[in-house]
Amino acid sequence: MRLHLLALLAKEPAHGYELKQALEQTFGSAYPSPNIGQIYVTLGRLEKDGLVRAVGVEQSNRPNKKVYYLTAKGREHLTTWVDEPTEGPRVRDEFFMKLVLAPLTGIADRMALINRQRRHYLSLMSDLNDLLDRTSPTDRVAILLIEGAMLHLQADLDWLERCQEDLA
Amino acid sequence: MSTVLKTVNLVKIYQDGAIPVPAVRGVDLQVEPGEFVAIMGPSGSGKSTLVHMLGGLDARTSGEIWLDGKRVDTLSESAWALLRRKKVGFVFQFFNLVANMTVGDNVELPALLAGVSPKVARERRESLLGALDLTDRADAAPAQLSGGEQQRVALARALANEPSLLLADEPTGNLDSRNTRDVLRLLGEVHKKGQTIVMVTHDARVAALADRVVSLFDGEIADDGRIARRRTRTAGEVIDLR
Ligand SMILES: Nc1ncnc2c1ncn2[C@@H]1O[C@H](COP(=O)(O)OP(=O)(O)OP(=O)(O)O)[C@@H](O)[C@H]1O
Ligand SMILES: [Mg+2]
Repeated sequence: MRLHLLALLAKEPAHGYELKQALEQTFGSAYPSPNIGQIYVTLGRLEKDGLVRAVGVEQSNRPNKKVYYLTAKGREHLTTWVDEPTEGPRVRDEFFMKLVLAPLTGIADRMALINRQRRHYLSLMSDLNDLLDRTSPTDRVAILLIEGAMLHLQADLDWLERCQEDLA
Repeated sequence: MSTVLKTVNLVKIYQDGAIPVPAVRGVDLQVEPGEFVAIMGPSGSGKSTLVHMLGGLDARTSGEIWLDGKRVDTLSESAWALLRRKKVGFVFQFFNLVANMTVGDNVELPALLAGVSPKVARERRESLLGALDLTDRADAAPAQLSGGEQQRVALARALANEPSLLLADEPTGNLDSRNTRDVLRLLGEVHKKGQTIVMVTHDARVAALADRVVSLFDGEIADDGRIARRRTRTAGEVIDLR
């Protein structure tokens, strides 16, 4: 989340709640809404590292709010991130581990595991179908995010089929 | 309501080569009216063979096939042809469009053969071509179309006689994601209208539209079950942005 916040602050100074709203607007309803507590914790760390600085702004009949802005060091950090190549997705796959080790446990056979997993992926996919239907075509970031999720799920299913061919 | 489609211990062994190939090995399948069943499975697991037999396009080796309560595996080819005209639509994995007819006529013909009036046949042609973004291609010959376009024509053609049973073999195999979305929308509508669908597919988006998924493996049913709706609200369960 550090870099998301730095990127948003590169555009203009903002307070915590505005950052939350900006993230929601950018990624649309397709992505989980960020937790405001987490945003403040992250801002605190960025401040400690000298990447952002905060100024208090007085508000009538409310406690002061802190407006954050990017420091030169923060901008440099952000530029480095944008410029360097990004690591490919690293799949965290617990299922494959289960599948390979399952016969050792004697608890379930591989075919049963594969079948259950296929149903699980398909039900996720069916939810993404619904989500895509509900998402406005003008919400392009959200649409692309959902399509990306679908393509990843398709790859998971294809991999599952390969596992079935060779292991089951 | 009664079962639309039923197979009993259905077997297909191809004997045309030196060694017999058992492609379908004892499939028991039952499909209820209005159900949308997706058939998945690795290449060579017998999916095409199975749906070809269900559509009477390939003879079974043994076992039974029942359609709307009538035994059909014993029918003659001409009786099958009549049945397909009346109530079964078929989308082939490799299109099988009539080469010397325009795209529009390919779609219109099955409706005419099914006996609807020329006016209605023309209306269906237009609405199907429209739904699949093919209106501009109506006067082209199939050979002038891309694979994805031919695939959509094949689907339109199979739906033209409003079959009570649609059998489709990989109807989105050659489509990009925008065209797949058109096809998904159309299938969703067809399903809502109560037509029964049995569809072979590798595409998880299409399979996820189905009520039920049957997984074939080595010519046998390895899994047969409904797809649960989980109500995931975001893509965050699949992609974690960092
Ligand atoms: N006409 C034929 N003669 C002999 N063998 C055949 C014939 N048609 C298919 N087979 C064999 O039967 C098996 C099942 O083939 P089928 O076409 O039904 O598979 P499939 O599941 O549709 O595969 P794909 O996903 O590649 O389309 C394969 O081993 C195939 O080689
Ligand atoms: Mg096939």
